[in-house]
Amino acid sequence: MSKEKIKINREFYDIMPKEYQELVEDATYGKEGRGWKDVGESKEMIEEHSLCAGCPESIAFRYVLACLPNPEDTVMVGSTGCTSLVFPHVAVHNIHSLFGNQNAVASGLKRALSYRFPDKVKDVVVLAGDGATVDIGLDMTLQSWFRQEKIATICFDNELYANTGGQSSGLMQKGFVAKMAPAGKKFDKVDLPEIARQSGCHYVTMLTVSKPNRVEKAIRNAILIAREIGPTYVQLYTPCILEIGKQMMEGLQEMRDSEGPGKRFEFKEYISDEAKAYLESIAPKKKRKKVTAQTEG
Amino acid sequence: MDSKSLIGTRNKIGQKIVDPDYLFYEAPRERYFMTGSEVVREAIRRASVDVSISYPITPQSEAAAMVGDLWVEGYVGEYFRGENEFAVMSECAGASFGGARVFTTTSGPGTLRAYENFPMWVGSRLPIMLNMMVRGVNSPLSIQPDTLEIGLIIDTGMLIWHAETAQDFFDYLLKGFIVAEEPDVHLPIAVCIDGFFVSHTKDDVYIPSADLALPTYDPYRSPVVCMDMESPPVRMMRDPFVMKSNYISYATQASWQQETRAACERSRKHTIRLIGGLIEEENSDADILIVSSGTAVAQGREAARLLAEEGIRVGIVKIKTIRPFPYEEIKQATKDARLIFVPEFNVAGWMAREIKACIPDNHRVIAGPHVAGGMTMPPEVIVEEIKKVLATQKEAVHE
Repeated sequence: MSKEKIKINREFYDIMPKEYQELVEDATYGKEGRGWKDVGESKEMIEEHSLCAGCPESIAFRYVLACLPNPEDTVMVGSTGCTSLVFPHVAVHNIHSLFGNQNAVASGLKRALSYRFPDKVKDVVVLAGDGATVDIGLDMTLQSWFRQEKIATICFDNELYANTGGQSSGLMQKGFVAKMAPAGKKFDKVDLPEIARQSGCHYVTMLTVSKPNRVEKAIRNAILIAREIGPTYVQLYTPCILEIGKQMMEGLQEMRDSEGPGKRFEFKEYISDEAKAYLESIAPKKKRKKVTAQTEG
Repeated sequence: MDSKSLIGTRNKIGQKIVDPDYLFYEAPRERYFMTGSEVVREAIRRASVDVSISYPITPQSEAAAMVGDLWVEGYVGEYFRGENEFAVMSECAGASFGGARVFTTTSGPGTLRAYENFPMWVGSRLPIMLNMMVRGVNSPLSIQPDTLEIGLIIDTGMLIWHAETAQDFFDYLLKGFIVAEEPDVHLPIAVCIDGFFVSHTKDDVYIPSADLALPTYDPYRSPVVCMDMESPPVRMMRDPFVMKSNYISYATQASWQQETRAACERSRKHTIRLIGGLIEEENSDADILIVSSGTAVAQGREAARLLAEEGIRVGIVKIKTIRPFPYEEIKQATKDARLIFVPEFNVAGWMAREIKACIPDNHRVIAGPHVAGGMTMPPEVIVEEIKKVLATQKEAVHE
């Protein structure tokens, strides 16, 4: 979709909602090099949200949307959970249908868009919680990777079912006492990044959202590689401060405490050879463009 | 692109895009002798389907595989085998959200595994064509014909049509797309046939040239936004209704459910025009009627012929659409009947319940005969049932 399409007829300008006016005036549609630094500087793709104060998922959501390389032609697929409370406020087309079927919906969607728009880039990005991705939807998550669907899968890993009130999930640490694991969780945190690599993902990374630069790189890589090569997976630690007994200012520290060497969210990244070659092929072009922009500026 | 403007042009594979009415009523047709599975292939060949995804299950596997052949030949845009029916119906949803005309098939346990998707398709207004080749869903395992699964989906909000013959099947598949995609309907449609009885037997079918095809689906006639980022994204709501326990959120949910039900009712006018009414009557002024849908009607017709030889006059009412249900039509057609027999291929007798719920003096409805688990229903069984009831009534009069 070109930015022209969202322009407002002058006669109707004053009756359009303020957020739509801002979207037209100040959004970063069509802007090269979008990124997390646009947060707070220009109109964001996310209007507001009803997540808890201080929830790390809310800042992760804003980073993800700010880092979409091509929001004007990106469709997102969500699932049920805390993320589904945010999606209705998001300024890219997005689909919520059922719980756990996000990678199946995204597969069908991507096939349809590729067929309908053979000469256009249409990115399909899945964003769902760990219950949707790893427990109830694991079958469909993996099958979409086996089939080499060209979709990016982002998992907000808060290590439990937050929206239903803190029940144990497959990505929860072993031994953690939670609802429905009253004697402590009996098995290890599922190693989905490793499974993703084995299942055919061309780019896999796991990190917290404490360092926005890193998040930006992960999201851009995941979407660009998914567009050209095949499935990608990004797992972001977004702790549920409410359910692990933290205060609203403590989310960032919780993430920092969990990402050190040997900790469960120590930064991990895997890139297939094919994807590496692709990233290298586009890297110099980007530099050249930046140089041009600076010269012009 | 406006799909009407494509009429008269050729598609990628060289078929001529024609007005649906021309394809249905005017184009010369030739007689073929083919199975129900082959009917699917020939209907979909002419249906300009963008995406088809299915999972194998008896008895629909053959048809689903044939659609794959159509994809290789270029008649269908995208095709793959999904991982299970729940996922398949979600994949179909994704493709439909993305503006594609979507076709899929399933049967029995597959229908139930996919179930969660059907009300979601309805609420999301996805005009997906689902062909159900119905079979048993009970345990122990049965792959035999059984219509119980139709009774289990009647309140999902989908349009549900039940074809009796291969000819019905061919016509319903093509006409179903047109009705389902009308902007004032825009709902998923299940076209059902009785597994094996229609899917695996050969029958005469009159079909137009393979050189002709329906206009493509136009997603921009949809009453809801097509998720392709070709129109400005709108903020759907200030607060997601799921978060709110208040009157506005309940009223919104309730009114949308009412609207999707109303959309189903609005399909009547298109359906009546295209398939000639929601029911079909033969001698419905008779004292005794057989009322049902699917191949039970064919057996009923044969029973009526046998009874006519003995001087007992029996009329037939064939129900073509289960949703919308032809309440008024059935009420009218049965108003003078003294006895209404409802033969069914399932143990529950859901069709008899539906009929009982819409006519006065419903003690006239005899819920049967029923067969299930793959049993056939020879016309003699229906004859016997009718005679048994008549004899009981005679005894009652003599006493």
